[in-house]
Amino acid sequence: MLTKLIRTTALTCGLAITGSAFAEAPAPYDITPELIEAATSEGSVVFYTATDVAVAEQLAELFKSTYPGIEVQVERAGSERVFQRIGQETSSGIQNADVIETSDAVHFEYFKRHEWLEAMVPQEVADKWPEDEKDPDGYFAAYRAHLSVLAYRSDMLDEADAPKTWNDLLKPEYSGKMVKAHPGYSGTVMSATYSLVELLGWDYFEQLGAQDVMQVQSSTEPPKKLAQGERIIQADGNEYNIFRLQDEGVPITIVYPEEGTPIAVGNAGVLAGAPHPNAAKLFYAFLFSHEAQQLNSDSGGLRSFHPDVVEKDSRTPLSEIPLLHVDAEKLEAMILEIKSNYEKFFGT
Amino acid sequence: MTATQAANGIVGEGRRKRVDLSIPTFVLLGGLLTILVVLPLFWIIFYSFRNDVDGSFTLQNFASLVTDSTLLRAYLLAIGMAFGVGILSCLVATPMAWLVSRTDLPGRKLIRILVTASFVTPPFLGAIAYEILAAPNSGVLNVLARKLLRQDSSFVMFDIYTFSGLVFAIACFTFPYVFTLVSNALDRVPSDLEDASAILGGKALTTVRKVTLPLVLPAMLAGTLIAILQALTMFGSPAILALPAGFHVITTKIWSLFQFPPRLGVAAAAAIPLLVITVMLLRTQKTILGRKGYTVMGGKSGTPRITELGRWKWPSMAFVLFILSLTIFLPYGAILKTAFMQTPGAGLTWENFTLRHWNFVLFEFSATQLALKNTLFLGIVTATAVTAIAVVTAYLVTRRSIRGAGYLGILATAPVAVPGIVLGVGLFLSYANPTFQLYGTLWILLIAFMTIELPAGYQQMSSSFAGIHPELEDAGRIMGASRLRTLWDITAPLLRTSIIAAWCFVFVGTIRELSATILLTTANTKLVSVIIYDLNESGDLGAICVLGIILLAVSFTVVCIANNIPVLGRARNVMPRG
Repeated sequence: MLTKLIRTTALTCGLAITGSAFAEAPAPYDITPELIEAATSEGSVVFYTATDVAVAEQLAELFKSTYPGIEVQVERAGSERVFQRIGQETSSGIQNADVIETSDAVHFEYFKRHEWLEAMVPQEVADKWPEDEKDPDGYFAAYRAHLSVLAYRSDMLDEADAPKTWNDLLKPEYSGKMVKAHPGYSGTVMSATYSLVELLGWDYFEQLGAQDVMQVQSSTEPPKKLAQGERIIQADGNEYNIFRLQDEGVPITIVYPEEGTPIAVGNAGVLAGAPHPNAAKLFYAFLFSHEAQQLNSDSGGLRSFHPDVVEKDSRTPLSEIPLLHVDAEKLEAMILEIKSNYEKFFGT
Repeated sequence: MTATQAANGIVGEGRRKRVDLSIPTFVLLGGLLTILVVLPLFWIIFYSFRNDVDGSFTLQNFASLVTDSTLLRAYLLAIGMAFGVGILSCLVATPMAWLVSRTDLPGRKLIRILVTASFVTPPFLGAIAYEILAAPNSGVLNVLARKLLRQDSSFVMFDIYTFSGLVFAIACFTFPYVFTLVSNALDRVPSDLEDASAILGGKALTTVRKVTLPLVLPAMLAGTLIAILQALTMFGSPAILALPAGFHVITTKIWSLFQFPPRLGVAAAAAIPLLVITVMLLRTQKTILGRKGYTVMGGKSGTPRITELGRWKWPSMAFVLFILSLTIFLPYGAILKTAFMQTPGAGLTWENFTLRHWNFVLFEFSATQLALKNTLFLGIVTATAVTAIAVVTAYLVTRRSIRGAGYLGILATAPVAVPGIVLGVGLFLSYANPTFQLYGTLWILLIAFMTIELPAGYQQMSSSFAGIHPELEDAGRIMGASRLRTLWDITAPLLRTSIIAAWCFVFVGTIRELSATILLTTANTKLVSVIIYDLNESGDLGAICVLGIILLAVSFTVVCIANNIPVLGRARNVMPRG
């Protein structure tokens, strides 16, 4: 299904596909002593990521303590900024990044189409990842997932008064009380905007735009604005940042409306011509390891596709939440419409 | 008589031996400035006529300037904002400069230092500080006001996420441009002119109005002009304050055009009206200044006169303190507090005290060290290069020693018209190709910073040159010294204060540059300003404040060292008499 989808996407863009580029995925690889040695001699790995900087740095720390002698350079920006940066660099012949990760599904289809990625499949991904969550040709796999959620400060708003559905946000009493992130910056919000437009239509956003919503850029920011007390409701924003803040004791409650909550899958891949190929290969395998995925879940609040990861009891399991998935192909066709409509309704 | 003749003979011979380097210097400078300025502009114009999709010739990009209402709106708001900032800066800075330079206000030296401090503060950091202070709900000032006035949470006294909030937040950190230029000019206005007015029966205020003010008018205009242009082309503060408020100014709008899929053509076309507006502003300034001669330092000159404030002392003090608390005490307090507290809104108690932001920035965040090193290196190199170029250019232009020197002045001023973000694109298009391959290196950033800072350095130097009568140099030339020799032996020492000030201007301007930087940095050429901006987009205020404090500490140290370098000589308060 996914293969077909990619083929169609590629064809609509009028790109020639060579037979070899879309062959079967390469044989899975293990982390061997030889790989570790080769990686250590390269000395560092550059990771372009859209995950919250504290979470990404924590992961880098775990990697450095697991494989001493290899530095990790974390370059964090919003998904769309990461995309812009890698595009600028690639088009001017600069090879800076080894491993890349964003939360916009369209990006990885784009990278693959333009042959920017090196196909490789860590053993763990081959054995344990659900088929839907990895590229059949082995170019990328779902490193993380998280939801873009509706949430509020439970100490400043009674449960009875809190919004229960997306449409509740349009009530006049919430005017001036909401914060939301921007689809031009955040891949998560780009995906979420797509999902909610499919579900509720542009009407919803037009009315939301009239609610005096505070506009921030990254989907990591609305939870932080809630923690600061600047606004009391987030119309969208990362679930995992809320988990992290809840762990710190900030009273925020997440609402999972019955109509569904948008989910954003963050893929990761290794870039073709990575400056540190072995370190990249090692780091890529490490990203999907049980330890890394468990850390992402425990202190990062991210959802994992690793079947052995145990989530904290306090979190609602993914299986109990109605989800809104993204169709990358349809989303790609809608990007311009989303941006121009968004600017019309929200001003930026 | 014979002695004089002999002396003339020696001098004459000396003159023949030394080559006048004016022409080679002129050619070299002309070439350098052309490459710095014209190349990126060429690419911007080229792209503005280019269809992004198929590369064909099109006028569609310019058509969208008129038809796209979002672009028009962004333009109007940006122009409104810039003039607001310029006027506000001038209104605040001029009286302050007069109080500091020409009255017996207590603590004048300290006030000068504090104003410099608000100049060193990067505007984007100031904007973030004002987010902490005056965000409508969580802002510290609003929380305080609610407590004092016993109001509930719906009461909002200040809202920084508004147009006026934005103008205010920018002006706070832009008024030092006007202040520095005006107070320098006031320092140089000689007493003899004011004495003449007093002798002829002019009262103190009449003297100020009829003599002092007209003499510092060029500095006021130049400062206001810089403030307007700074605001017009500023990216950081609007990105931080205007986007949450739900509006674009032209720089953030152009920036948004670079999101995937990039609309290079429209972005380039959108930049061109900015160029036109700026050229018009510069011409206006020139027309105003062109009417009168403003030479204030001749061969003979007295020390500036000090006015006694008398009963106006305390109101004046209150005014200065009020301004300083808005530009220094409050924002710095907010930054310090946030750097050491769990959350920005947390109360000032020991339980909320934490070092975790410091721990994160210094030990966990992998970008810190590299960014600091890059920032410092680029700041120093840019400042030195730009000051050198500015001195020579300003000399050639103001003394009109060579035909066509005016062309250099235009080139040196032209980058002011190019918003950093557009220059970033121009440079990206010029130097990120197989021939140069400068993208991804510090050199492309150096070129960007030199280009961006040149106008500020040049403005500063040329207004200083304009204040020194050529008679002093003529004396040197008559005695047989070459042009460069005269420049080095006579003019440069007279300009010491200005040269150091220009160096610091450029250094500070470089470390707070964000708009071109943001398009030109890569993982290995990170700068502190960029990581602060990245952190702001994800709302990590604590880490930002820590980085801000580090950045400020480094800047102050460098500025202090620059002001005390023995080679250049300590800046003297009293100008040498002829």
